Amino acid sequence: MSRIQAAFEKLKQQQRRALIPFFTAGDPSPALTVPLMHALVASGADVIELGVPFSDPMADGPTIQRASERALKKGVSLRSILEMVSEFRRQDNATPVVLMGYGNPIEAMGWEAFASRCQAVGVDGVLTVDFPPEESFEAFEHLQRHGIDPIFLLAPTTKEARIEQVAKLARGYVYYVSLKGVTGAGNLDLSAIEQKIPELRQHIKLPIGVGFGIRDAATAKAVAKLCDGVVVGSRIVQQIEDSTEQNVIANVSALVKELRLAIDQA
Amino acid sequence: MYNYPDSTGHFGQFGGIYMAETLIPAVEELAAQYLRYQNDPDFKAELAYELKHYVGRPSPIYHARRLSEHLGGAQIYLKREDLNHTGAHKINSAMGQALLARRMGKKRVIAETGAGMHGVATATVAARFGMECVVYMGAEDIQRQAPNVFRMKLLGATVVPVESGSKTLKDACNEAIRDWVTNVESTFYIFGTAAGPHPYPMMVRDFQCVIGNEARIQMPEMIGRQPDAVIACVGGGSNAIGLFHPYIEVPQVQIIGVEAGGFGIETGKHAAPLTANAKVGVLHGNKVYLMQDENGQITETHSISAGLDYPGVGPEHCLLKDIGRAQYVTSNDDEAIAAFDALCRFEGIIPALESSHALAHAIKIAPGMSTDKVLLVNLSGRGDKDMNTVAKLKGITL
Repeated sequence: MSRIQAAFEKLKQQQRRALIPFFTAGDPSPALTVPLMHALVASGADVIELGVPFSDPMADGPTIQRASERALKKGVSLRSILEMVSEFRRQDNATPVVLMGYGNPIEAMGWEAFASRCQAVGVDGVLTVDFPPEESFEAFEHLQRHGIDPIFLLAPTTKEARIEQVAKLARGYVYYVSLKGVTGAGNLDLSAIEQKIPELRQHIKLPIGVGFGIRDAATAKAVAKLCDGVVVGSRIVQQIEDSTEQNVIANVSALVKELRLAIDQA
Repeated sequence: MYNYPDSTGHFGQFGGIYMAETLIPAVEELAAQYLRYQNDPDFKAELAYELKHYVGRPSPIYHARRLSEHLGGAQIYLKREDLNHTGAHKINSAMGQALLARRMGKKRVIAETGAGMHGVATATVAARFGMECVVYMGAEDIQRQAPNVFRMKLLGATVVPVESGSKTLKDACNEAIRDWVTNVESTFYIFGTAAGPHPYPMMVRDFQCVIGNEARIQMPEMIGRQPDAVIACVGGGSNAIGLFHPYIEVPQVQIIGVEAGGFGIETGKHAAPLTANAKVGVLHGNKVYLMQDENGQITETHSISAGLDYPGVGPEHCLLKDIGRAQYVTSNDDEAIAAFDALCRFEGIIPALESSHALAHAIKIAPGMSTDKVLLVNLSGRGDKDMNTVAKLKGITL
């Protein structure tokens, strides 16, 4: 059983929802990425989505754009991020790690080299924002050969035929983008999510995580009632931006604990 | 027979639809609607009417006789896209897309722009049809193309400065995509070049093919035959593909695309992915040759012309390079400026700095050819917008 599957099985038995925090690897500094990952787990994270910064993050709002720029300025690359995951795995062999970003850094490395490296260092899933299923067949053959789960996005605009198509290809969990917009936007519509999730469930047998636009504990709690996992990205990245290198771990831990508490009350 | 893209929007290994899930239904809908209307007699008649009476087509072909005599070799002919309404080829595609937007019931249009010519064309058609218009433009480009920013505002468009990244065309494109993902249901994205996710590379090409289709009729009328070569500048490559595509299956006509060499390919400060043998990559919805570092991060480009200052290139040019049907070369900043000056002085035509790159290559090769050879250069736009840039280079304050 994969780490992602094991994590969701355990949560299901406990009747809990997953908390899936996201932050950009290398922000605020490469040396703090692995300590931040451990701090997230200690504060209640079930899965970690680690952002791979890209020079042109078209699907991201200003908060994650700035984080990507900071990380790239510190010299972070896909190669160094894989090293970070390897370091994380020395102490934590249970918490699933999903790399999230854009396709081009992977294209540059080559999918086979990337997938084999992911398997070696203990990456569990890969989400490429700008690679829809139509363009992913070859890439995901490489991922599957190395036991890496391809994580797909679904959106409010996704029609039923596409939901079926994604259902066939997706592994691990499916990430439902809860709004029409970029990451960190503030126009999340709970009733629309409530309507859409049953439609997704008709085809998707995997756990469904919901993200984009979850900015506080109250929203996290409300969203948790509707799905299997809550993804919080921009809010955490904002917390990192607002902190110093000295207090960033304490500040992010406090935020994640608050989110954990809220989700467990759902 | 040459027939690209395939039904999935690929030009060989290039093109495709590399977009975030939220926008996939929007590009699928666009492809379906374009397929529905592209051969619809009413749509074609309306587009033809607008191109004739509003844009001022057909654009003439002009024999640059004094310049040719001065060079003492091949005859240089110019396809005068600079004489279109708004002063560049961009209106050909902006008009086609605006008519499609109207049929799709979209009341808001957005665009990215580099030199500002596509922004002006989009603002123009939006005013013509009473649509709301927002144009994204890199903060650096706003500086170097100030007259076009004012033109867009006069036409009622909102111009949004983009401060992220290199503050040029690629960043404007990122920001327009972010707008589209947020306002996908109300908004039509009028894309400026023959790149991006399918169907844009095909659709923009088809609308721009009016350039080459006219030239194929006009050249035999003028000289009794087709030219020996067609030459156009290539940033994203829309004016070039519009001239080239109708000539792909005319084998005696050589096809030459001219990229921006900036300070020179060897300096690394250029915008010439094809000539510099950049690696294949994915950006802005398509797989193309793309300037990037060893980690797959997009590198900053340099060109004196904002309209060519882009790290990628349309997918069909990538294919034409690979199959050897077109040849891609560069003109550097200083060569473009020299060509700009030459056309001003010898012919009384002020060309856009983008088009000056194509002209510079013709000036380079013409003297080595016999006087009965003919080079057709696409003069894709006029140079009024470049007064500030050229004056600054010459150390003059306007």
